[in-house]
Amino acid sequence: MLGTGIIKGLYITAKNFVGTYFNPDERLTTLQYPEEAACIPENYRNFPFLIYDGSDPVEGLRCVACKMCENECPPRCISIVAERDEKGKILKRPRVFELDISVCMGCGICAEVCPFDSIKMDHHFEIATAERFDSLRLNLPQLAKSNEYFRKTHPIDALAVDTKRAEKANKAASKTQSPA
Amino acid sequence: MGKNFLAENLPETTVCSPAEVRPFYDDFHGDLMEISMGPHHPSTHGVFRMDVTLDGEIVVKLKPVFGYLHRNHEKIAEGNSYFAAIPYTDRLDYLCSLTNNWAYVHAVEKLAGITVPERAEYLRIILGELGRLINHVCLVGFLLNDLGTSFTPLLYSLRERERMLDLVEELTGSRMMCNFFRFGGLRTDISADWLARLKGYLEGLFARYLDEQDALLTGNEILLARTQGVGVLSPELAVRAGITGPMLRASGVNYDIRKVDRYSIYERFNFGIPIGAHGDTYDRYMMRMLEMRESVKIILQAIRTVPAGEHINPNAKNRGLRPKAGESYARIEGPKGELGFYLISDGSAKPYRFRIRPPSLINLTVLEEICIGQTLADTVVILGGVDIVLGEVDR
Amino acid sequence: MSLYDPESILSSIAAAFPEITAATLITNTGSSAQHSLLLDKKHAVAVAVFLRDDINLRLDYCSNVTGVDSLKAGYLEVVYHLYSIEKKSTKPVVLRLRTDGREGDTVQVPSLVPVWRSCELQEREIYDLFGVVFTGHPDLRRLLMWDAFEDYPMRKDYTSPEEK
Repeated sequence: MLGTGIIKGLYITAKNFVGTYFNPDERLTTLQYPEEAACIPENYRNFPFLIYDGSDPVEGLRCVACKMCENECPPRCISIVAERDEKGKILKRPRVFELDISVCMGCGICAEVCPFDSIKMDHHFEIATAERFDSLRLNLPQLAKSNEYFRKTHPIDALAVDTKRAEKANKAASKTQSPA
Repeated sequence: MGKNFLAENLPETTVCSPAEVRPFYDDFHGDLMEISMGPHHPSTHGVFRMDVTLDGEIVVKLKPVFGYLHRNHEKIAEGNSYFAAIPYTDRLDYLCSLTNNWAYVHAVEKLAGITVPERAEYLRIILGELGRLINHVCLVGFLLNDLGTSFTPLLYSLRERERMLDLVEELTGSRMMCNFFRFGGLRTDISADWLARLKGYLEGLFARYLDEQDALLTGNEILLARTQGVGVLSPELAVRAGITGPMLRASGVNYDIRKVDRYSIYERFNFGIPIGAHGDTYDRYMMRMLEMRESVKIILQAIRTVPAGEHINPNAKNRGLRPKAGESYARIEGPKGELGFYLISDGSAKPYRFRIRPPSLINLTVLEEICIGQTLADTVVILGGVDIVLGEVDR
Repeated sequence: MSLYDPESILSSIAAAFPEITAATLITNTGSSAQHSLLLDKKHAVAVAVFLRDDINLRLDYCSNVTGVDSLKAGYLEVVYHLYSIEKKSTKPVVLRLRTDGREGDTVQVPSLVPVWRSCELQEREIYDLFGVVFTGHPDLRRLLMWDAFEDYPMRKDYTSPEEK
């Protein structure tokens, strides 16, 4: 009979209208952002940041300026200049580490290729600025974040990285001890 | 109920060829009207433009205009390493980046002779079919929105898509730009817990959504009146014009690359290929509804039988891959049709030629033919049924 | 040897066109081993019609058409990937057409749109991005770039206006 399809459809909408009121599983609820924040899964990735151990962002920085992320970055948004001493010898830390987040596409390849677990993907997404050139080019002090922060946002990944690094340090320590 | 209605009441469509277009002005009818639909038109699914010539309300000529989203993806990829092209493929058809990833790594694996472990193949099939579900859910919702049923079916569809995207985000880190496939496998392993939740969702809420959508729309008289006999595409023309995917099968041609090429391990799964009969927009809509049920079947079978093992071939090189000189063309059945990648290697770290065969673009070859003789309001519906994403059309 | 191997297709082309050498085999040394057939420009359309209509082959579906710029060798190439929907072939049959040169009048190849409609937009794209002129194409205009644009961006020696 003509019209039964429409009546059936109206029944579905009515069922959804009433059902979502009583059954919270059936509905997606609106969160009152910014008062309420959504729960972000650990794997979520936004833009990269650099991890430092301890409390000093310069001394504890894990980055050794190997430029692997710079070379692999698909849109080439990272630029690194290694620190040199007075004689011009390259030191294993960056003097300049710039990341243009207006170019970055958040693919996570830098974090994937980094052999020192130094660069990781951040959860922080409230990064709007009033100006779109210089303030979106992040420098070393803006990028460096503590390992405690990383542990808080990525508990599982941080635990794995910490164990790996501790094992490595132990091995290195036993190596230096054994010849002595 | 929808099926019977379809067979009996299909109206005759008159398709006038462009040769019958009357001169621009005649005394009795007045002028033909030329209007430009898009690029900023909400129903063109992006920045797509159609130069439409109308006789009254009937389309007599239609020229698609492309290139508003052109960024020369192929050139960018040729200047980058093989590995760095993976995240760019996410941005082709941004509704289902998982299948784009798959097509690309499939081509590179063919080019470099990389094998994929068994577990990775299973997980790839789960993710690929999940991508198809996300795409089809979107399509069904937006097609109904194009018809003017604002806004209930679209909201129901986006609600389900949101639930699937939550799962995808949890796994890959991003809702749409997944960047999850790697040469020889996947970036990370998938936990049993995630698979169990996907299974629970597909058997529970998603199955309910499919049934509801069928009850809400498939037999709905208004939907039937607006889509049956609209945009009829004959099987001969569809094959000649290289139409692929659900649009080809809606015209009654049994051709699905999952069954034909048997790439990956699709031959181990038991699933059907829905075939349409009339080639109109209603059949295209039905193809998507039925394909979703088949995809659910495949995912559930794969979750049941997925073996333990490695998620990526440990010998496969991703960073610094240098395939030996040669070329390969590999294709998969994407949600929109045949998605192929053609790569030429000259032995260096960058592809010498990187070509994407975009199903969305080639499915638009016949847009003029299937729109002529229809009203202007129907072109919107036809375009919705073709299912394009401009990120892939313009690349 | 299967029906869609390039060698057997080459022999069936030779049988259909006994007087001329309409196609030559180009081997692909890569792992995929997808060898291709280089068609003679003069007979390309006739060979294409033969491949499409031959009862055994029925290559009715031209899947992918693309251009390749061989800068070192000094020519442009157009590559066609064919499948048969009717016979459900699984391996692509690869055809190539070569232009004589890269500039001026030497960039012409015959269009295969009359044989396979699916080439229409893709050949337009090749014309747009590589500058190959397809003779016999029904509607050869730029596809992605705007009409006033002059260069061909997918060529290997292309430099963008900003770099000039």
